[in-house]
Amino acid sequence: MVNSNGEDPDAAKARRGRNIAIALGLVAFVIIVYVVTVARMGANVLERPL
Amino acid sequence: MAMATAPTNSARAARWQDYVQLLKPRVMSLVVFTAVTGLVCAGAPINPVLGAVAVLCIAVGAGASGALNMWYDADIDAKMRRTRGRPVPAGKVQGADAAALGVVLSLFSVMLMGVATNWLAAGLLAFTIVFYAVVYTMWLKRWTTQNIVIGGLAGALPPVIGWAAATGTTPLNAWLLCAIIFMWTPPHFWALSLYTSEDYAKAGVPMMPVVKGASSTRTQILVYSLLLVPICVAPAFTGLGGVAYLAVSGVGGLVFLLLAWRLFRSRAGEAADPRNDDGLYDVRAGARDARNLFAFSILYLALLFATLLGEHLLGAKPLEVF
Repeated sequence: MVNSNGEDPDAAKARRGRNIAIALGLVAFVIIVYVVTVARMGANVLERPL
Repeated sequence: MAMATAPTNSARAARWQDYVQLLKPRVMSLVVFTAVTGLVCAGAPINPVLGAVAVLCIAVGAGASGALNMWYDADIDAKMRRTRGRPVPAGKVQGADAAALGVVLSLFSVMLMGVATNWLAAGLLAFTIVFYAVVYTMWLKRWTTQNIVIGGLAGALPPVIGWAAATGTTPLNAWLLCAIIFMWTPPHFWALSLYTSEDYAKAGVPMMPVVKGASSTRTQILVYSLLLVPICVAPAFTGLGGVAYLAVSGVGGLVFLLLAWRLFRSRAGEAADPRNDDGLYDVRAGARDARNLFAFSILYLALLFATLLGEHLLGAKPLEVF
């Protein structure tokens, strides 16, 4: 049994799960880099010349 | 190349859980535990967010090492009962995908560690990953009976990385934590291999009992145990551990030595009785002493690091001997 893309339903479900995991991983990485940047700069981020 | 022929038993698509298995979550949890201990024992004020990110980087780095190990060792893993269910030999994940995951996570964890804390910690993390994935996995494991002795350095470094992440330095006490795990590794793994040596022999891995025999292995376990216990007690005299640590390391050390002595006097690892060969961890009569030491070694290491961690979190005073 295959879906309209010619893909087995189990394979499609597994692919969807992998894609979601990659997306969550990338979002987590972006958030971590943002939080690390804020933590490293600390209060200095508010004292920069505008 | 040695890792070329991993069997593929099934053709089902890889799930995200299979990739998580590649990261060896149980090993990762041990690495996190020792790294946190190093980070806390350093005693330096560190932003909690940066401390958490440092621990995350060490965990991901350890996972990356595990993925690279599973990629390269798929041929060995397929021959051993303990490891043949791993994602690559079981055909759940392609070897190339496991390698790619390992490389990508290695790069991300090292770079993030450098940005979040300092480049000494990042360098140590990179060294640990390369040491485990290249020096141990690709070289030592298939070549010498000293594979887990030298390779044990990779498992011993996380507390030093944690310490470096907190302070940017690696003083004597950080290396003392490393030395404890380093010296603990041989008796721990050799005790295990005394009752799983047939698996290693089948896979062609030159573990000590396979090459040198059970008697020689039991002797070396005793020697390493005698060297290990003083190193485990040492932090109580270097300003790292307090009274509780001295008690735990001392009493636990005596139990460790007693179990190592019993193992030395036993026939563990010799002449298997085929009638009792039911499963991987079924203990043959002579191997009970090996299992006892193996089990206690895990408890001993956990108690040592938990006590240190507890003392530092609770602000207990270290012993002032010198």
